[in-house]
Amino acid sequence: MLKDQDRIFTNIYGLKDKSLKGAMSRGHWDGTKQILEKGRDWIINEMKASGLRGRGGAGFPTGLKWSFMPKESDGRPHYLVINADESEPGTCKDRDIMRHDPHTLIEGCVIAGFAMGAHTCYIYVRGEYMREREALQAAIDECYDAGLLGGNNKNGWDFDIYVHHGAGAYICGEETALLESLEGKKGQPRLKPPFPANMGLYGCPTTVNNVESIAVAPTILRRGGAWFAGIGRPNNVGTKLFMISGHVNKPCTVEEAMGIPFRELIEKHAGGIRGGWDNLLGVIPGGASCPIIRGEDMDDAIMDFDGMRDKKSSFGTAAIIVMDKSTDVIAAIARLSAFFKHESCGQCTPCREGTGWMWRVMERMVKGNAQKREIDMLLQVSKQIEGHTICALGDAAAWPVQGLIRNFRDEIERRIDQYTYNSTSQGAVMEAAE
Amino acid sequence: MSVRRLAEDQFQPSTFAFNAENDVWAEATIRKYPEGRQQSAVIPLLMRAQEQDGWVTKSAIEHVAGRLDMPLIRVLEVATFYTQFQLKPVGTRAHVQVCGTTPCMLRGAGELIDICRHKIHHDPLVPNAEGTLSWEEVECQGACVNAPMVIIFKDAYEDLTPQRLEEIIDAFEAGRGNEIKPGPQIDREFSAPEGGPLTLLEEVKPVRTNLEPPQTEPQAVENAAGAPDSAGRVKENAPETDPSIKTPVTDKQGAKEQAKTAETQPLSATTKSEPDPKAPGSAAEGAPPEPGAVSGDLKPKRTRKKTTPDGEAS
Repeated sequence: MLKDQDRIFTNIYGLKDKSLKGAMSRGHWDGTKQILEKGRDWIINEMKASGLRGRGGAGFPTGLKWSFMPKESDGRPHYLVINADESEPGTCKDRDIMRHDPHTLIEGCVIAGFAMGAHTCYIYVRGEYMREREALQAAIDECYDAGLLGGNNKNGWDFDIYVHHGAGAYICGEETALLESLEGKKGQPRLKPPFPANMGLYGCPTTVNNVESIAVAPTILRRGGAWFAGIGRPNNVGTKLFMISGHVNKPCTVEEAMGIPFRELIEKHAGGIRGGWDNLLGVIPGGASCPIIRGEDMDDAIMDFDGMRDKKSSFGTAAIIVMDKSTDVIAAIARLSAFFKHESCGQCTPCREGTGWMWRVMERMVKGNAQKREIDMLLQVSKQIEGHTICALGDAAAWPVQGLIRNFRDEIERRIDQYTYNSTSQGAVMEAAE
Repeated sequence: MSVRRLAEDQFQPSTFAFNAENDVWAEATIRKYPEGRQQSAVIPLLMRAQEQDGWVTKSAIEHVAGRLDMPLIRVLEVATFYTQFQLKPVGTRAHVQVCGTTPCMLRGAGELIDICRHKIHHDPLVPNAEGTLSWEEVECQGACVNAPMVIIFKDAYEDLTPQRLEEIIDAFEAGRGNEIKPGPQIDREFSAPEGGPLTLLEEVKPVRTNLEPPQTEPQAVENAAGAPDSAGRVKENAPETDPSIKTPVTDKQGAKEQAKTAETQPLSATTKSEPDPKAPGSAAEGAPPEPGAVSGDLKPKRTRKKTTPDGEAS
């Protein structure tokens, strides 16, 4: 188990002092100026050395992303945009960072902004997080009052942070859709290239980062990239906020080392599976878009990017949704199909039409009112959606369905058999009564 | 995607204006964005209009379009695209938004929806007879470890049971919604596990090793983490100029030896932490391989001492 000494989010449960003073007593905002004085290259190299991979789901190396920004401004301002549009079902880590440990994020914004030459930062918070937005704004105001933000601040890098918010669109978690939304338009993703590092917000160089990726940066720089890189397995290093929801005894959010075995994570922090380990049916390991894994395959699972890839799923945001054997797994995945149908932005035909089509077929599968050959048809259609859209929502909608068919085909077939049996057996009874 | 239209004309009020407080707020919000980019404020302004009136009216959309100098259709697009905007009147005392996505569904959101159907109205988004309550099923609200949950206006009520939701709805109906504490409705602190947190219990000392000038060779992480005793010392030397760090310039011999070792070693050996005694080019025959001796650039001195005399002799 990770030691408390190595936890970055020291107040994730909000039980300690949330104010700037409290945050400083826990070591935040310590030596920020000193870090900035070491220079842009030092910061980016240290971030690269830390091996931090973006915490928003895709796992792109953060240091590398920062280095994509133009070194010199060509007259256009640079922008840092924080993606706090946390909407992936199962994910609720940024919420706790913003309402309980906001100074990790604000300090990270200053450092990241400096490293990419940005004087302005927008934090795009999802619309539903109203109290979280208020808490974050209060913390930012505190920093302005203390002279840590704004022009001529104590850190020696003029920096402004503005909190912006959305209004309930999952798609705005995609970086280019987020920029569109921030510009006051519908959140429909842009084609890439041009990439945001060249043409982002208002046509200016922009980097979009997840809240957690930015919030861990100051601690990494204070303790050294080598410290962070020493936790976990190569290529999957550091600490991570795990969110354990569903059928466990004590659902919770917890910061743990990457590469922790699934069993240890659930036993130590979530109080075990409801009804014991034999009662485990399946696990969605990283938020709604990750394919489901069968319970027996999770016995030896390692919770990190490579570990989940070995299980033909994805680590995503480490939002672990646990299902026990009381779950109607087909209905659970059909609900996700409904989610993606609801959240498709309507720009690309395969996704707009395909998500609705998959949902309708899934609803029939829940009842068993389908033909067995339709299972293969569903799989085939999901493959035609995957990879044929501008953004990854098409892929995200296809993967849960594919995961269900790969892992629980027997269950779907059994239900179809049952439905057919029920309808024919009843029919036979009626005929006999005549 | 879902089809969303504005309310019928008979529900639409004829005018809209921000009240004095919101007007000041709106001006400040517009100023957050660069000159000429005031369109960015469209979502915050529409949301504030909704908070003021309870829902987004047609005249509010027109007002925002005029204020931000936007074509009306662009604001209409935004109002119909984002599902958090209520385009029809909702309950005045409570609009219950039940999260129904899989993590909440697994923990009983279906029963909460049944309660809403039973207590408020059979259909979502239709206010009850008095117009005080309404409900809808929404997609993930981001409180999955506290499932199942509902949001009423700005606050989330988490870890619900059907009975508890009934009580909450009754309280809002009676106008006593503010008496109910938001957050988890069971014995639990926010997202910590039930029964109290299991982590973050120890007193920890903040670590800032990377900001101190390096005193010795960088050591194992645990040692460095446990020794913050140099915290108060004056920092006088930049890490680049530290004489204890060997670079190819200051330690030419060592660098040469390293290059030689690296050339002669097979490629696969580069990933190992310990030198293979049988590999060609490592310590010559007879020289006992030191257990734990680190190959590579960490200890250049040792490599030189051991290999040079043997190399000269042969």
